[in-house]
Amino acid sequence: MNAPQKVSEAIAAPVGILAELTHRCPLACPYCSNPIELDAREGELDTETWKRVFSESAAAGILHAHLSGGEPASRRDLTEIVKHCRDVGLYSNLITSGVGLSEARMQELADAGLDHVQLSIQDAEAESADRIGGYKGGFARKMDVAKWVKQVGLPLTINAVIHRANIARAGRMVEFAYELGARRVEIAHTQYYAWAYLNRTALMPSRAQTEKAVAEVEALRKVYAGKIVIDHVVPDYYARYPKACMGGWAKRTLNITPHGKALPCHAAETIPGLEFWNVREHSISDIWYNAPAFNAFRGEDWMVEPCRSCPRKSQDHGGCRCQAMALTGDARNADPICHLSPFHDKVAAIAATFEEVDANVPAGDYVYRTLKTQAPVA
Amino acid sequence: MSETVVISAESKPHLPRGMHLKHDATRGEWLLMAPERVLKLNAVAVEILKRCDGKATLGEIVDQLAAAFAAERERIEVDVRALLAELVAKRMVDL
Repeated sequence: MNAPQKVSEAIAAPVGILAELTHRCPLACPYCSNPIELDAREGELDTETWKRVFSESAAAGILHAHLSGGEPASRRDLTEIVKHCRDVGLYSNLITSGVGLSEARMQELADAGLDHVQLSIQDAEAESADRIGGYKGGFARKMDVAKWVKQVGLPLTINAVIHRANIARAGRMVEFAYELGARRVEIAHTQYYAWAYLNRTALMPSRAQTEKAVAEVEALRKVYAGKIVIDHVVPDYYARYPKACMGGWAKRTLNITPHGKALPCHAAETIPGLEFWNVREHSISDIWYNAPAFNAFRGEDWMVEPCRSCPRKSQDHGGCRCQAMALTGDARNADPICHLSPFHDKVAAIAATFEEVDANVPAGDYVYRTLKTQAPVA
Repeated sequence: MSETVVISAESKPHLPRGMHLKHDATRGEWLLMAPERVLKLNAVAVEILKRCDGKATLGEIVDQLAAAFAAERERIEVDVRALLAELVAKRMVDL
């Protein structure tokens, strides 16, 4: 799989970079998209290397820099990084839990040229939210952060990941985001990778709960038209066709881990045999066009049936490679979410085990996200 | 959705913080940069949005465009209103 492959079409320039500045995070959300093996503080890229990465990104045609983590505010050089993004012409987007920000720091970030803040909430109610995030007082802090974002004049998006413990309030979270002054809200049903895959038993709602929540949120589009934009990521275990994961493998964006490894997506390391390059040794442009992992699933030549002859293949790109890997054992297979996949019965069987759960059934014990090798950050 | 937006001739459309026009050298095109979105703009949209500075009223923007392109005012007003209604609904333009 590591041999360079012929890519039938010309490779378009990347549009976004998701920079995981650190995996350190005060919260411990059980659905975190970071890998189970988190990068320790020791070994994180230094400020100068990140600046070089962003300079190279802008030169390669990247437009958006998504500053993420972990909690990006855990990096003391966050303001300097934001300022550098502005200097090289990148649109900077801070993806934050809010914990670790202060009113003064928010002002500093705005002055440095930050363009947008995406703030996560775990629920629309404090007690439940703090339980899900594994951090007491987190909800209250987020309310302050939303206020500060507004004060400094930055646009705010609220992001809410939906699962069994909060699905009853999916619609409420749209209203809540509007009350917090957001222009945009992402209602994102949990995607089962990494920590969420590990916690699937505790997280996955029933089909009935899911359908009710989806309908509720869809109905709010009309109510909130022109007030708040709703981006709705619908759950895929109950879908008929797979999602166009990442808009296609290595087609639009790349992820950089805290230690500098370049990935085509969050979960790409779960696919065995892929060779990843590191920004310490390669430029962003070299990685985008030449790294073996990026070329592994570009185009359509790697596809097997039923994707190979499917009329939808250019639309959904066969779904998600990592989900195909996790559920069928071969990343080239159709994402088994697709009802045409010979492995679809596996997904149906998993979904069936959640048919009976409802909001009154306790969500169970989570395996909270932790950085095993490291003492908690003060 | 766009019909729910009412834009008066006196409103002063502008791009709020977090929205900017960008000429992208890599792709050789004009883009409207938005939070987690990028919109490709055609030449007409670029001319309209360049004039949305929060000072000019909708009526003045239409006048400017009609003069600059020696075009029929009514025709231009339709284009301007259609674009702004769409962007206001997406919360990408404020009035």
